[in-house]
Amino acid sequence: MSQKYYLLRNREVADIDRMDVYLAHGGYQALKTALTDYKPEELVDLVKKSGLRGRGGAGFPTGMKWGFLPNDGRKRYLVVNSDEAEPGTYKDREIIEKNPHQLVEGIIISSYATKAREAYIYCRGEFLFGAEQLQRAVSEAYAEGFLGENILGSGFSVDLKVYRGAGAYICGEESALLESLEGRRGNPRLKPPFPAIAGLYGGPTVVNNVETITNVPAIVTYGAEWYTSMGTAKSPGVKIFSVSGRVSRPDNYEIPLATPLRSLIDDYAGGVLPGHKIKAVIPGGSSVPLLLPDKLDTPLDYESVLQAGSMLGSGGCIVLDDSVCMVGATARLVKFYREESCGKCTPCREGTYWMTDVLDRIERGQGTEEDLDTLMDIADNIGGKCFCPLGDASLGVLVSAMKFFRDEFEAHVREHACPMGAKLYDTVNH
Amino acid sequence: MKPEWNQWAREFKEQYPGANSALMPLLHRIQAEEGWLSDETIHDVATLFDLPESYVESVASFYSLFFRNQVGKKVVHVCVGLSCALAGSDRLMENLEHRLGIKEGQTTADGEYTLLEAECLAACNQAPVAQVNLRYFEGLDPERADVLLESSKSPEEEVKP
Repeated sequence: MSQKYYLLRNREVADIDRMDVYLAHGGYQALKTALTDYKPEELVDLVKKSGLRGRGGAGFPTGMKWGFLPNDGRKRYLVVNSDEAEPGTYKDREIIEKNPHQLVEGIIISSYATKAREAYIYCRGEFLFGAEQLQRAVSEAYAEGFLGENILGSGFSVDLKVYRGAGAYICGEESALLESLEGRRGNPRLKPPFPAIAGLYGGPTVVNNVETITNVPAIVTYGAEWYTSMGTAKSPGVKIFSVSGRVSRPDNYEIPLATPLRSLIDDYAGGVLPGHKIKAVIPGGSSVPLLLPDKLDTPLDYESVLQAGSMLGSGGCIVLDDSVCMVGATARLVKFYREESCGKCTPCREGTYWMTDVLDRIERGQGTEEDLDTLMDIADNIGGKCFCPLGDASLGVLVSAMKFFRDEFEAHVREHACPMGAKLYDTVNH
Repeated sequence: MKPEWNQWAREFKEQYPGANSALMPLLHRIQAEEGWLSDETIHDVATLFDLPESYVESVASFYSLFFRNQVGKKVVHVCVGLSCALAGSDRLMENLEHRLGIKEGQTTADGEYTLLEAECLAACNQAPVAQVNLRYFEGLDPERADVLLESSKSPEEEVKP
């Protein structure tokens, strides 16, 4: 399908990661517009009017987040969360590796709007190339006078640094990210206070996701009305969906919010693999509940997906078909949370470990009827009882799989084996 | 302690309002040279930051990309996330284990390779994927594990924070 790109714009242009090419394609024009035509407060209003919501997963209104910064004269920070590690999600990585200047431009505009004097990109440790791309883009932006003192004669100054994480999914949680950036273990902080009041080095701080910030230059260029002309009243604009799993054309697709899930899978991602049927879809990254095929007409906006029983989350859409063992898939995802639990609180640290043990046992055909109840009991002792959202995130797929596919779990126990051969990899089709 | 470590520590500290923010950049920098972070390194870094060794250890041990044990010259991370698993990452891992004669988590006797699982590497459209010294190898054929070993003959570029 033909597509108009805003967030992934110029993805087909060779060397768009270079300053000269980016400039030749209209790059940094939005920055000039922002510095010339807007006061910071007017930019905050513009983003509020656009209705842009955080694209890291939580969907919190960006303009409102910016508006929470207290006017108390303390030095402000903007921190960009590039710790993308949610299974099924790979949109931010495309932006930072292929078009890093678009992010850098968004950061400078957003720093101006929030009056941040210092900005950081916290880049996932595994993204070595991404960090190199960002570092190069930042250096080029300094050389052009887009960063540093008195940017383009506006009187506005901001410094931007690229900071490398070192392998920890939890650092995508904003308070854990700030802990890490301050040189500590990535353990989440107790909230409140929220980062707007006491964030990086105790100062007022905005933490935004890469895709969120990438929206900002487009909103400056095309206006809030353009943005709200897409999507719904509560979920306006465009979003990148990362499609993977059992589809013909897995890729990043940028589409207006409220596009039906079926259209994303069939029209964009080429549909489920030939000869197979969709069994379930994880629509918003590994942390959200499954949707069954009867929900394929759900519009992909925050409210509709919630109403359908899941969450839009990060937009990482994993398609599972009839070749996939739900016990095996669930075990794989829960193991991820076991690996990534920071260990600070007991229900998450012990619970994800225990659930992984039980799920592996069931998948191997060594589970008992009692194990199924144990799983739900552990889940019950994690849900709503953890220090940060990671514990709850480990339950999204598990609890919905137990609800929708309990017969599969029971068949594993009854037959003392995985009826699908305990292989997630369907050899017939590869 | 290598003489240049002191210089690096000073340079990193100058970049951040809080001195401890320079800790991870320095650990990255040292590991890029040394390959891993030994007990002695932890001790030296603690000295450079005037911090207890336990503090530096608490940070180094938290993050999966800081190696507290000696690793091979090439660290192979095979993504075992769900999308990669659906595309054969378990088989890819088995083939690598067979080819290298080691199990996941181990290092070959000649010190060339360490084989590790990686959690989702954010390349699910190219599943299955792996990294060799953090460089991506995408759209792999699970039956052709050798691609990962052959393509990384040249010494890996320096990892700079």
